[in-house]
Amino acid sequence: MAKDIITAENVHLYYGQKEALHGISLGFPEKEITALIGPSGSGKSTFIRTLNRMSDLNPEVTVTGAIRLDGEDIYSPKTDTVELRKRVGMVFQQPNPFPFSVYDNVTYGLRLSGIKDKALLDQRVEESLKQAAVWDETKDHLKENALSFSGGQQQRICIARVLAVQPEIILLDEPTSALDPVSSAKVEDSLLAIKDQFTIAVVTHNMQQASRISDQTAFFLDGNLVEFSKTVDMFTHPEKQETSDYLNGKFG
Amino acid sequence: MRGIFDNELRRLLGKFTEMGINVSEQIYRATKSFIDHDREMAQSVIDYDNNVNEEEIALEDQALKLMALQQPVAADFRQVIVVLKASSELERIGDHAVGIAKETIRIKGHHRDAKIEAEIAEMTNVVRTMLDVTMDAYVKRDSKLADEVIKANEQIDNSYKKIRNEVLSNMKTNPKLVTGGAGYLMVANYIERIGDHVTNVVEWILYNQSGKITEINADVADVGGID
Repeated sequence: MAKDIITAENVHLYYGQKEALHGISLGFPEKEITALIGPSGSGKSTFIRTLNRMSDLNPEVTVTGAIRLDGEDIYSPKTDTVELRKRVGMVFQQPNPFPFSVYDNVTYGLRLSGIKDKALLDQRVEESLKQAAVWDETKDHLKENALSFSGGQQQRICIARVLAVQPEIILLDEPTSALDPVSSAKVEDSLLAIKDQFTIAVVTHNMQQASRISDQTAFFLDGNLVEFSKTVDMFTHPEKQETSDYLNGKFG
Repeated sequence: MRGIFDNELRRLLGKFTEMGINVSEQIYRATKSFIDHDREMAQSVIDYDNNVNEEEIALEDQALKLMALQQPVAADFRQVIVVLKASSELERIGDHAVGIAKETIRIKGHHRDAKIEAEIAEMTNVVRTMLDVTMDAYVKRDSKLADEVIKANEQIDNSYKKIRNEVLSNMKTNPKLVTGGAGYLMVANYIERIGDHVTNVVEWILYNQSGKITEINADVADVGGID
C-alpha cells in the first residue's frame, strides 16, 4: 500500500452539542481510490467535509483531533483554507457548474490564482476535460453555457474544474447519485483514469460503485469507523458482522 | 466503459483456456506413458497434477473476486460462472490423467496385450480431440459442436464396452493377464470418465452462449463403470 498523504487522527465532530463523529482515525494512501460507505446519517459525508475544512462553513460545527496533510495539521490557525482547498478539491452530489461557459468554468480556479496566460489556460482546459473524459463532448462547445449540458456531462465538467487547479487530493461526495447508470459509469471511468495522478476519496451509498472502483473501503456506521480494509477483502470476507449485514443490504 | 471488468474477464478466460491446454497435454502424456510403458513420464504426469490443482484454485479465486467486486450480470455473469464450473471439470479430468499414470507405474513389467493397448491409444485420441474441439469451440464461441461431441462420447462409451469385454474374456482364458488386464480396465474407465467430463464442459459452453442449462448426456445409457 502506498504511503498515506492525508491522515485523520481521532477526529470528533460536533453539531452544537450533538456528537456526529466519534473519533475517526483513517489514512488515505497516495494515488489510490478510497471509498467511504455507510447508511444515511453514518457520518461519511460529514467526515469527508472535514478533510478540506468545508465543515468550517457551518458555525455550529466543532472539530477536535487532527487532520494531517503531508504531516501538517490542516486545522492549525496558520492554514490558509483557500490554499488548502486548492490542494484538496471537492466534487459534490449535484453537478454545480457556474452559469457561464465550459471554458470559464474550467479556468475559474486558475484565474482566481492569477493565471492569465491564454495558451496555458487553453492547455489546462483541454488537459482537464480530457482527464475527466468529457473533452470529446465539449471541445466544439467550449463557449456554451455549462448548464446546457446533460447532468452527467455537467458532473464531469465539475471534475475537470477541480482537476484544472491540479489538486493533490480530490474528494467526491456522492458524485453519481444524481446521475443515470451510463453517466455514472462514465464518471467512474474518469476516476479510474486519473487515479495514477491524484489521490481520491469518494463517498458513495452505492456499494457496487465502491467495489468496482476503489482500492480500499471505509465502512461508517453511527459516526464510527467500523471497518477499513482493502476493498477486495471487505467485499469477499469482511471482518465485522455489521459490515457484512450492510453490504448484503440487511439495513441502511 | 467498464474497462477494469473487461480486462479482468479477459485474463480469467485466458487462464481458463490455458488450463484446458495443460489438461489435454496431461491426458496425452498419461496415456502415452501407459502405451510406451514409460514410468518416468508417468511420474511427471503425477507431479504436474499439483499445477493443475493450483490453476483451478487460482481461477476460482479470480472468478469469485470478479463476482464480488464487479457484480456482472447476464452474458458477463455467465462467462464467469462457466469458468467456475468448467474449471472443476478440467481439474477432475486432470485427476483421471493421474489415475492413468499410476496404473502405468503399477502394471509395468506385467503381461501386456498389444491389441488392447492399440485400442486404448485410439480411445485416447478420440477423447483428446473431444477436449481440444471443446476448448476451441469455447474460444471461438461456436455452439455447433454439441452434436460432434455427443457422437464422440458415444464412440468412447462403445470403445470402453468393447475393451472391457475383450479384457474380461482374455483374463478368463489366461490368468497371467489378470494384473495387466485390471490396469486396462481401469485406464479405459478413466478415459470413459474423461469423455463424460468433457461433455459437461460442453454443457457449460452451451449455457454460456444460450443462457439455458442443458443436460446433453441424459439419454446415454449407463456404461457400467468401475467404481
